Amino acid sequence: MSFRLQESAFDPRQAAVDVTLPAGQGWTHELAPGDTFRIVDLEGNQAVDTLFFNSRDVDERYSATETIRAQGNIYLSTGTRLMSSEGRPLLTIVADTCGRHDTLGGACSAESNQVRYALEKKYMHNCRDSFLLALARYGHGMGKRDLPNNINFFMNVPVTPAGELTFADGVSGPGRYVEMRADTEVLVLISNCPQLNNPCNAYNPTPVRLLVWPKG
Amino acid sequence: MTTHLHEMLRGGQAWSRRVARHQRLRLRDVEGRACVSALFYNARDPIERYNMPDTLKAQFTAFLTTGRVLFSDMGRVLCSIVADDCGWHDTISGIGGAEAAAARFGEGSYQTLRNEFHRNGRDNLLVELGKHGLGKRDVVSNVNFFARVAVDDSGALAWIPANSRAGASVELRFEMDTLVVLSNTPHPLDPDARYHPPPVELLLGDGAPAPADDRCRLSRPENGRGFALTEAYAVEMGGRL
Repeated sequence: MSFRLQESAFDPRQAAVDVTLPAGQGWTHELAPGDTFRIVDLEGNQAVDTLFFNSRDVDERYSATETIRAQGNIYLSTGTRLMSSEGRPLLTIVADTCGRHDTLGGACSAESNQVRYALEKKYMHNCRDSFLLALARYGHGMGKRDLPNNINFFMNVPVTPAGELTFADGVSGPGRYVEMRADTEVLVLISNCPQLNNPCNAYNPTPVRLLVWPKG
Repeated sequence: MTTHLHEMLRGGQAWSRRVARHQRLRLRDVEGRACVSALFYNARDPIERYNMPDTLKAQFTAFLTTGRVLFSDMGRVLCSIVADDCGWHDTISGIGGAEAAAARFGEGSYQTLRNEFHRNGRDNLLVELGKHGLGKRDVVSNVNFFARVAVDDSGALAWIPANSRAGASVELRFEMDTLVVLSNTPHPLDPDARYHPPPVELLLGDGAPAPADDRCRLSRPENGRGFALTEAYAVEMGGRL
């Protein structure tokens, strides 16, 4: 399997940013080259829908397909270079105590919830709404065109050799984290997933902790 | 059936066209080993576009074939795959750019090869998107018709050679007015080091709406709800129904 477990030596008490993001909330943050960014799954099995942009030219953004081709594997873990649409690394995963993260499952939306579950589910809170609100607040004219398919940290979406896409129980647990180092100026966009219709959050969306250590 | 277009897409060529609701577009791999990379947009409002994850999640699949549909990011069906004698079309492995093409095929510049130069998929998409006022922000995970990439239990990707064959075709029925953008360029995981993408035949004709017992509509309850949302949108836009 592709699990590459790696702990980090960084001390949360020395982090420059240390915030707890409740389930159902969006978040943006700019990283400088060399900054280290950690996401902690505080209570376990929480999907953290995430996109990255080159903050100096947001037309260059995270590409799931460039990322999986660059490493020849669909699962993200320690050592994965998170590639941009221009084929350049935006960040590199440097520590991971979960071991597997998804980048094929995308983000939930009001409309995809209608398709997947029932037409009456349109009112339910979803990741795309959080992405759109976070981008609207961030400004710079960013919006729905700036939502390519994302990473789902801590989510397990296996593909079988026969080509089936499955949604398996999470492989994460309370306190597990993934940590990445920015290779360039990076805008981080997160939706801490509010999905209640499937087991991606174990039917109980929970907060995550976000930490940043500046380049030391 | 009225034929609106019948043309040969040359190896390396890019193509874009608006296709009307209920029209059918057939792509035929004339020689075998083709790869046609494709993106799809709502022709009236192109910020609505093909969404690979939503397409895969709704149908619990990691590839495309007959009976499956291509969902937009608004829960609607852009088009349905009504016929396919290839059997597997990739949508998880993306499209290659200029640097990867140069590394694999050598320089291949216009200056030395004139119109046989090595066109690459990403640049082809940007050229065609530019004709419609679109650009880098509109490039999302695409479909690679006639290509197959397998995923093993560890998540490793493997290129499957000879997935297609001479004469294989796939036929799409459009459920919305759609802007179709194609690039007939080598798949980025195909190890063939020679640049010689084969021609692909395009045939566009009229067709009928999906009947109540349509295979694509009924293949999953998710698809039925996607058709319901698409038909409601046709009403919203002043169309038939």
